[in-house]
Amino acid sequence: MKTLTFTAAMMLGASVAAAQQTELTLGLQLEPPHLDPTGAAAAAIDEVVYANVYEGLTRFAADGSVRPALAESWDISDDGMSYTFRLRSGVTFHDGAEFTAEDVKFSLERTTAEDSTNAQKALFEGIESVNAIDDTTVEITLTEPDGALLFNLAWGDAVIIDESDVETLKQAPVGTGPFKFSNWVQGDSIELVANDAYWGEPAKLTKATFKFISDPTAAFAALMAGDVDAFPVFPAPENLPQFDADPRFNVIVGSTEGETILSTNNQNGPLADKRVRQAIAHAIDRQAIIDGAMFGYGTPIGTHFAPHNPAYVDLTGLTPHDPEKAKALLAEAGFADGFTTTLKLPPPSYARRGGEIIAAQLRNVGIQTEISNLEWAQWLEQVFRGKDFGLTIVSHTEPMDIGIYARPDYYFQYDDPVVRAMMSGLASMSVPEDRTAVLQAVQRRISEEYVNGYLFQLAKTGVADVRIKGLWENSPTQANDLTEVYWEE
Amino acid sequence: MLRYALKRLVSLLGALAVASVVVFAAIEVIPGDPAAYMLGLNAAPETVAALRAELGLDAGPIARYINWVTGMLQGDFGISYTYRTPVSEMVGDRLWISLPLALYALALSTIIAFPVGIWAASKRGTSVDIGIMGFTQLGVAIPNFWFAMILVVIFAINLRWFSAGGFPGWGGGLFPGLKALTLPAIALALPQASILSRVMRSALVDMLDQDFMRTARAKGLTQGQALRRHALRNAMIPVLTILGLQFSFLLAGAIIIENVFFLPGLGRLIFQAIAQRDLIVVESVVMILVFAVILVTFLVDLAYAAVDPRLRVH
Repeated sequence: MKTLTFTAAMMLGASVAAAQQTELTLGLQLEPPHLDPTGAAAAAIDEVVYANVYEGLTRFAADGSVRPALAESWDISDDGMSYTFRLRSGVTFHDGAEFTAEDVKFSLERTTAEDSTNAQKALFEGIESVNAIDDTTVEITLTEPDGALLFNLAWGDAVIIDESDVETLKQAPVGTGPFKFSNWVQGDSIELVANDAYWGEPAKLTKATFKFISDPTAAFAALMAGDVDAFPVFPAPENLPQFDADPRFNVIVGSTEGETILSTNNQNGPLADKRVRQAIAHAIDRQAIIDGAMFGYGTPIGTHFAPHNPAYVDLTGLTPHDPEKAKALLAEAGFADGFTTTLKLPPPSYARRGGEIIAAQLRNVGIQTEISNLEWAQWLEQVFRGKDFGLTIVSHTEPMDIGIYARPDYYFQYDDPVVRAMMSGLASMSVPEDRTAVLQAVQRRISEEYVNGYLFQLAKTGVADVRIKGLWENSPTQANDLTEVYWEE
Repeated sequence: MLRYALKRLVSLLGALAVASVVVFAAIEVIPGDPAAYMLGLNAAPETVAALRAELGLDAGPIARYINWVTGMLQGDFGISYTYRTPVSEMVGDRLWISLPLALYALALSTIIAFPVGIWAASKRGTSVDIGIMGFTQLGVAIPNFWFAMILVVIFAINLRWFSAGGFPGWGGGLFPGLKALTLPAIALALPQASILSRVMRSALVDMLDQDFMRTARAKGLTQGQALRRHALRNAMIPVLTILGLQFSFLLAGAIIIENVFFLPGLGRLIFQAIAQRDLIVVESVVMILVFAVILVTFLVDLAYAAVDPRLRVH
């Protein structure tokens, strides 16, 4: 470890002398627990390694579309049951090992194995077998057609790794990407350096450092003092106007996959009544929440779908802010004098600040809430697993996660055969137009059933030095793809 | 002296044993499952169960307690659930920041507090004394995180003499490391120096009215000479007590300053570990800190005996 640090320090010194502006220091709020994206759900892992260190068969591009990565192209059988991928040749892992079809087979089989601890195992359970036909051809056979397979393979949880590295990935990741892992000072920073043997367009940066700063005030100071060059997800929206006014910085506002919702326990007392949920939907003033809790950053949504997705339907008009109508609906449901329920809030500021505003809006129509602030671990235990809650506020950041409405045991306990039928039909469709039609029908259905209070799409607000180009504006998945990032002269 | 030390040692071991039970029990009571935390919202229950088994969380609490304690006795503090590295390694890395920071702050605080306290006592009742006491009152009252932010604004953002935080590691040499610790050490030292100089002053002032001081003055020493030669040693007991407490506080309690300067020290390690329910890290780090605090108290007890021979007899 000592020698590693020492070598890293030497390299640091040498590269500073060689070229000034090919190095980048990015600030991130959370440090990843380890660097194996196939072994935990922590978004912080993908924020460092996705597209930089590891690659999968497919990948997300900046606009959210699915592009070829380690697979050059693919054919889908007519029945949708089998996918044949042609892999790129001449690809090597960072340790020099050659990338072959066997690695794909190993990685995907590890994901679906009995004792797999892959957080997204459920996405790949439809995979029946993975066959390496030759070194550069892989065939994936499914138990039933799955139109989302190419999309799911782009997740960071489905990256391709080499069998010999499995034990050491967590501390010293080895992938095929344009950057190699170089050093990790735990609690402080992770360094990546450019991979000279990369199969594709080489990265323009020679070194990228991810620095972990959890405190919003410290993040502000670090940018101002020049310790970090960019903070892709800046934790304090209240400071953004100040950066915006400063000619040294660019404020980058984009969208994320985070649908922020007033999640409602559909089996809990009065909330099981559709009219009550409709009343809540009308009691909510989305814009007031966005302005009050998010300093104006965020797009109102009327359903559980990202507005930047081509299949999105704007349903915000279905439930305009209308306290009178809300009161009438409550009276109709037998709660003319209102009722009391719980509102359990996880730590992010959208929930804590938004919770106070929503509580006031609900009080306005007669619904009293008992607010309790929970840590994430408590939230997972009580709300997510124990389903012991009335209302909660949470941002669902997984891309394309409308499928959770077809899971009656999911924490908001929405049990609807109509949505289940639609979603299971979707799986077997691979024609884009058909899929769009179904996705839109599901969006309408959950909106008209008022399953949850749909608030806003979480914005991605970042701050960067004005001379940095090529950072992702939107966040189709939680990642900082540095492939195209460079310093403008 | 030996019996005194032995007596202290026995109570030290007893305290450690009690602490281990309390720490383990407290952690057991907190709700939250590390496996569920790690796998997030999309994970299936079977996956969570598989991870729990892999982490050894499915054993009963008593079995886990025994495992933990026997491991610790052999120097094995377990493997972090989230980071998957040995806890002793993580603590070792963090200790190389927390320990130098605590010593740095303590050194600064002592260097400031001793002369200031002695000066104030020797000028008791004068405007110098009143002025110093006013300043130290302010030093005690200012929260150290606020003072830290002021330091960052002045020296990092405006003057750019220092980084706003972070730690480059000792691999780059002694100077960059010390430089990174300077602002945090100053922020930590100011309130400590204020407290220490007040204690120093009042302990010395108590001595001023003693008979032996009058004798010392009568044989021709000045107020200052009498203070340094005769009162100082007698005033050391309360000062040592405070120093011991301060060191323990600086080692374990620098968490807010570590956050302001995003230093990867022990405080932040515990903070992160609690949020992630990395229970084994929380348990082991708390035990190590308990051990450190008890050890410091033990050393302070021995130091009492060194400065005050009367204590060795009892």
